[in-house]
Amino acid sequence: MSFLVVNGLEKRFGSVEVLKGIDISVPRGGFLVLVGPSGCGKSTLLNTIAGLETVTAGEILIDGVRVNELHPSKRDIAMVFQSYALYPNMNVAKNMSFGMEMRGVPKAERQQVVARVASMLQIEDLLERKPSQLSGGQRQRVAMGRALVRDPKIFLFDEPLSNLDAKLRVEMRTEIQKLHQRLGTTIVYVTHDQIEAMTLATVIAVLKDGVLQQVGTPAEIYNTPANIFVADFMGSPSMNLVPARLDRANGVLVVSLKRADGSTTVLPLHRPSAAAEAFVGRDVILGLRPESIDDAPAAAPDDGAQRHPLEAHVEVTQPTGADTLAMIRLGGREAVARLRAETGARAGERCTFMVDMSKAVLFDPETEQRL
Amino acid sequence: MAASAVETAVRTGRLTRALIYAALLVFAVYYLLPLFVMMVNSFKELDEIRGGNMLALPELVTIAPWIKAWNQAQIGVQPTGLAPYFLNSIKMVVPAVVISTLLGALNGYVLTKWRFRGDTLLFALMLFACFIPFQIVLIPMARVLGFLGIAGTTWGLVLVHVVYGLGFTTLFFRNYYAAFPTELVKAAQIDGANFLQIFYRILLPSSGPIIVVTVIWQFTSIWNDFLFGASFSDFDSQPMTVALNNLVSSSTGVKEYNVHFAGAILAAIPTLLVYVVAGRYFVRGLMAGAVKG
Ligand SMILES: Nc1ncnc2c1ncn2[C@@H]1O[C@H](COP(=O)(O)OP(=O)(O)OP(=O)(O)O)[C@@H](O)[C@H]1O
Ligand SMILES: [Mg+2]
Repeated sequence: MSFLVVNGLEKRFGSVEVLKGIDISVPRGGFLVLVGPSGCGKSTLLNTIAGLETVTAGEILIDGVRVNELHPSKRDIAMVFQSYALYPNMNVAKNMSFGMEMRGVPKAERQQVVARVASMLQIEDLLERKPSQLSGGQRQRVAMGRALVRDPKIFLFDEPLSNLDAKLRVEMRTEIQKLHQRLGTTIVYVTHDQIEAMTLATVIAVLKDGVLQQVGTPAEIYNTPANIFVADFMGSPSMNLVPARLDRANGVLVVSLKRADGSTTVLPLHRPSAAAEAFVGRDVILGLRPESIDDAPAAAPDDGAQRHPLEAHVEVTQPTGADTLAMIRLGGREAVARLRAETGARAGERCTFMVDMSKAVLFDPETEQRL
Repeated sequence: MAASAVETAVRTGRLTRALIYAALLVFAVYYLLPLFVMMVNSFKELDEIRGGNMLALPELVTIAPWIKAWNQAQIGVQPTGLAPYFLNSIKMVVPAVVISTLLGALNGYVLTKWRFRGDTLLFALMLFACFIPFQIVLIPMARVLGFLGIAGTTWGLVLVHVVYGLGFTTLFFRNYYAAFPTELVKAAQIDGANFLQIFYRILLPSSGPIIVVTVIWQFTSIWNDFLFGASFSDFDSQPMTVALNNLVSSSTGVKEYNVHFAGAILAAIPTLLVYVVAGRYFVRGLMAGAVKG
C-alpha cells in the first residue's frame, strides 16, 4: 500500500497556477526524487506536503490518513529548507535541538542525539557557533542536522546538498543513502543533480511548469522517457535527439538519417512499439543516449546490444578523464558520443561509430510524446 | 597628468570637507547655544543673572538652584520641587513604553507572518493613527477614561499613550518583520512551536535594533508629552512636563530663572540619557527598517 499519496493536487497563488494536477504515490520506505527546471513547482509541492501551503484542490494522504487540514507539526514530517531557514539567534546545537525541545524530549537525550547527528554530518566543531558564523555548506549541513535529529514519518529534503563541494557532496549522498537503508523512512527529495537523482531514488518524478511529465524508476525514466522533455532533461550529457524518417525495409522498421551530402544513413529498429508502426513513412525524432554511440568493437559480443556502423564527422573531442565526449554531426544536428578515454577519434576526422539501437527511442515530432 | 588629476581631486575633497565641517559647526553651535545658556545660568545666583551677561560663565558657582528645583520649589500649592512629578513620569513612561512596544511587536508579527483577509487595510488604518492630531483625541479620550474609571490616574495616562503610540510601534515592527524570512516561521511550525513560542523564541530575539528604535521613539514622545499630561492628570499623577510648566509659570514672587533652567534640564535628562545609551542603535535600526521594509 502507498505510504504517501498525492491525489490531483492543484495549487494557485492568486491567479498563478503553480501545480496543475499532480498524482504521485510512494510506498512505505520509498525514496521519491523530484526533478525539474527552476520554478516548476518542486518546492511548492514539498511545502504542500509539509502543510506550509494550503492546497487549492486535491488531497494528500500520509499513511492512509488525509492530512490536508492537519497542522505541519501534526503531520510528523521533518524538512530541510532550500534556504536552510536556520534560526539566526540560536547556535548550531540549539538549532538542531529546538524541535525536540518543543516536543518535550528530555535534555540529556537531546544532547545525545545532537552529538550523534553532528558527527555524522561532520559539524561537531561548529555546535557553539551562530549561523552567521558559518559558510554556506556548513549551514546546509546544519539544516540537514535539524531534520535528522527527528525520527519522522517522512523526510522532506529541498536540495539539501546543492551548496557542498564535490567531495563532501558525494560523502553526504552516501550518508543519506545509508540513513535511508538503516531507518527505512520514506523520503521526498528535490535535487538538480542528475547523479543524486539516479543513485538515491526508488521513484523519480519529473515536473515541468507544474505538470507531472513522468513518474517511474530511475531506469524507466532514463531508458524510456515519456516525452522529449524528460529525455532531454534527464541524463548528462543529455540524450541526442535527431530528426529522422521512419520506413519499412525488408520487413523491418528502419530510421533514415539525412547527411550533409544528401545521402542517408539507415539504422534498423529493434522491438519497435505498436505506436511506431503507425508512423511508417513519416518524420520522427530519434533519441539516442551518448553512450549508445561508441567507436570500439563490441566488448562482449552477447551483451544485448545491437550495434550498427555509422560514419560521422568528429567536430570536437572533450576528454573528461573517465571517458571522452565527441561532438559529431548526426542527421544534420550536433550529437554527443561517449567514447572510451583512450579513443583514437580525433577532431576534424571522419570516424566509423557503432550505434547501439537496442536502447533507441522514437518521439512524435508534433506531440513530443514517445512512440 | 595623472598626478595632477589626483592632486585636484584631493584639493577639492579638502575644500568640500572644510565647507561641510564649517556648516556642521554652525548648526552645532546653533543647537547647543540654548543648552549652554541654561547650563551656565542654572549655576548662577539670581542676582548675577539679572545684572550680567547671559552667556558669561558663573562668577560664583552654586548648586542651590538645582536643589531648589528638585525638592523645594513651589509647584501648584505644595513646596515639593519636581521630584514627585519626576517619579510620576517614570511610573507613566515605563509601563506605557513596555506595553506599546510589546503590542506593536505582536501586531507586526501577525500582520506579516499570519496574514489574513483585509490585513493590509487594517494596517493602513493603523498607520492613519500616526497622523491623527492630539487635539482630536482629547474629548473622546476623556469620555473613555471616565467610563473606565481611570480618569486622572497614572494608569489612565498609560492607556492614552499606549493607544496613541500603537500606530507608530506597529509601523516600526511591521516593516522590520516584513524583511524577516517567513521560512523561519515555517521551520519553527514544523518543529512544533506554537504562535507565541515562535514569537518570543524566534522573532523577538532577532528584533534588537527595532526594539531600540521603538523604545527611544516612544520614551521621548511620551516623556516630552505635555498636552495629554495637562488634560488627563490630577495633582497626584501630573507628569514632569506639566509640573515644569507650573514651576515656570507660577505667578507668585520673583521669576527664579536659575531654578527654571535647572528644572528644565532635569526634565530633559532622561531622554538625553536614553539617546546616549542607545542612540547608536537608533540610527542603525531606523536605516535597517527603512531599507528592508
Ligand atoms: N508565495 C508565492 N506567490 C506567488 N507565486 C509563487 C509563490 N511561491 C512560489 N511561487 C511561484 O511558483 C512557481 C514555483 O515555485 P517553486 O519555488 O516551487 O519552484 P522550484 O521548482 O522549487 O524552483 P527552484 O528549483 O528554483 O527551487 C514559481 O514560478 C514561483 O514564482
Ligand atoms: Mg525550490
